[in-house]
Amino acid sequence: MSKTARMTMIQAINSAHDVLLERDERVCAFGEDAGYFGGVFGCTQGLQEKYGLSRVFDTPINEAAIVAMAIGMAANGMRPIAEIQFADYIFPGFDQIVSELSRLRYRTAGAFSAPLVLRTPCGGGIYGGQTHSMSPEAFFTHIPGLVITMPSNPYDAKGMLIAASESDDPVLIFEPKRLYNGPFDGDPHKPALSWSSHEKGAVPTGHYTVPLGKADVVREGTALTVVAYGTMVHVALESAQLAGIDAEVIDLRTLIPYDIETIAKSVNKTGRCVVLHEAPRTSGFGAELMAQIQEECFYALEAPIKRVTGWDTPYPHAHEWEYFPGQTRVMRALKETLEA
Amino acid sequence: MTPAPSRNRAGFTVPEPPARPGEKPDFSGLGLSQDIPVTRPDPDCPAKDTHMLANALIGVLNSEHQAQGQWDPALSPKTLRQGLHVMLKTRLYDDRMLKLQRQGKISFYMKALGEEAVACAAGMALRFEDMLFPSYRQQGLLFARDRDMVAMMTHCLSNAKDNLKGRQLPIHYTWKEGNFFSISGNLGTQFPQAVGWAMASAARGEDTVTASWVGDGTTAEGDFHGACTLASTYQAPVILNVVNNQWAISSFAGIAGGLNATFAAKGIGYGLATLRVDGNDFLAVYAVTRWAADRARAGHGPTLIEHVTYRADAHSTSDDPSRYRPKEEAKAWPLGDPVERLKSHLIALGEWDEARHEALTDALSKEVLASYKTAESYGTLRDGPLSPVPSMFEDVFVGQPWHLRRQRQDLGV
Repeated sequence: MSKTARMTMIQAINSAHDVLLERDERVCAFGEDAGYFGGVFGCTQGLQEKYGLSRVFDTPINEAAIVAMAIGMAANGMRPIAEIQFADYIFPGFDQIVSELSRLRYRTAGAFSAPLVLRTPCGGGIYGGQTHSMSPEAFFTHIPGLVITMPSNPYDAKGMLIAASESDDPVLIFEPKRLYNGPFDGDPHKPALSWSSHEKGAVPTGHYTVPLGKADVVREGTALTVVAYGTMVHVALESAQLAGIDAEVIDLRTLIPYDIETIAKSVNKTGRCVVLHEAPRTSGFGAELMAQIQEECFYALEAPIKRVTGWDTPYPHAHEWEYFPGQTRVMRALKETLEA
Repeated sequence: MTPAPSRNRAGFTVPEPPARPGEKPDFSGLGLSQDIPVTRPDPDCPAKDTHMLANALIGVLNSEHQAQGQWDPALSPKTLRQGLHVMLKTRLYDDRMLKLQRQGKISFYMKALGEEAVACAAGMALRFEDMLFPSYRQQGLLFARDRDMVAMMTHCLSNAKDNLKGRQLPIHYTWKEGNFFSISGNLGTQFPQAVGWAMASAARGEDTVTASWVGDGTTAEGDFHGACTLASTYQAPVILNVVNNQWAISSFAGIAGGLNATFAAKGIGYGLATLRVDGNDFLAVYAVTRWAADRARAGHGPTLIEHVTYRADAHSTSDDPSRYRPKEEAKAWPLGDPVERLKSHLIALGEWDEARHEALTDALSKEVLASYKTAESYGTLRDGPLSPVPSMFEDVFVGQPWHLRRQRQDLGV
């Protein structure tokens, strides 16, 4: 077992790149500002210097071209890791992801595939306004052929990125940017927290993987089940704590294919469930989770499944904290579900 | 009602083709000629030394059926006969497949009539190891690489032997062993992917080049410009071909901006090497492809080639061109027919004659028919057998996750 070090999520992602670039010459990393500068959040900082221009490099500002280039490279034996600077900017690349990347293996009956990783910072909480705050995961969970993930901490972020790069399926990683430098429990008025004292901020410096498709029960409990991912995992933990509710909190980690077994086992045990996400409510991924949970667990349910989400508005700038599904709303949903 | 007079003197223009159904075909505005020699720079020249060629028309075969000028690739009679063979095979295959579509044996088809030289000559000028990212009208590449015709047909029949398991519309071939990428069916998506493929080859130090094709209409897509930007930025060993066959379904090339600049000239702004070639001249297409391949292979970077040709038949079996262009337009096309031109050249050289041509046509027709009989014996879309139904749930992912397993079970397979 390799040594561990305290890392932020950014450092953990950087370390995953480092491990992959070191171990496998097929790996390369690129994106807008991802080369010399190391990315606007620093996730690839120092890697161009270490591995050279042809392995870590800047791209033109054209997300469709970035995705297409990665597809071509991956189909031709490389393992590219492409960064889309903000998840809000992924849509110029949407056609390449939806029509090409997701279906290449299928439409060629396995002759060609594009095992690549697309990483992109998502979510709000940093006053990013409507073009730097989106959580667009549901656009992608609807597309057959893509593995969709959202880690919530440094340990998972590194282990999942390594697993994604080593997977033969294309993997999208949505990285909640509000978690990059510390966990965020949903209270914007508290001083910023740090990963340095968090259990999941201890990260092995070498190679390890966190399996895709496996959820993590981050808190065991008996009163109700909270299914969350990304930033909302931390909001769920704190809200349950503040409300004094013995919640079982599941960090989904992988959205497609999601770990129905872990979810169903928990909901069948607690009989109550709240689903959380930061993305807008209507047609959000929570709708899929709720539908599937009621199919699996209907006879064990003692209350309607509730969800707490962002509103069906664009992500506002000034009213960020009225938009963000924070502790007050989550606690209310937990209580209502418990009392229903 | 009288429209209100425009207060804006500028207005805007919706371009229209020179002739519509019932009118006389008119290509005079294109200024095309088979008889104007153009200079050939060395393949290692700076890209800017090619930019005047974006507004010229590179040709080899003149109207007297002689090879002329600096671009003459000086091919042996054997290679020329091979070129004729491949183009004729493409044409006869297309004819047969169209008939089969009309008989309801296959669901859909797209012919390459009139533009066979573009794919056939390029396919022959490239090495077999060179990677191809075609669009849907480059079936000639497959014939140039001697793809098994039965396999092409079993794909079009979507039957149990379809190498794509019935997942793709006919003619959306994939042939990995032949270094022929999958045809998507979306327009232009393969163009920037080809650049990525070329970069991966280059990263491994291979000396293969990658070539891709789009139509004139597709140059309007963002992916065309993404590909040009990537190719320019990274100087990838790639050949980007624009097949300007004058029509994008019912939209003439002017709707893609083709009236105000040539498609080759779009490459000038990207600093690409740019060539514009008579796409119905087998020798010229061969020559420019070889030039661009030599350039890319030697590390001098990408080339954008516009092939000026004419789509002599419908866009697809779902299209009726008599509704939007004169019926006689193909006959009036000033650059002639690629098969006829190469045939006439071979005859002028004393290397071919009508009797041999007829014999070749006959032999190829028989080969096509025999291949079809074999292919059909493996099934048709209408009557089966098809790929096993459970296979429709395979290859979405490497494995079969629980949700797909359950959905397969829901279907009862």
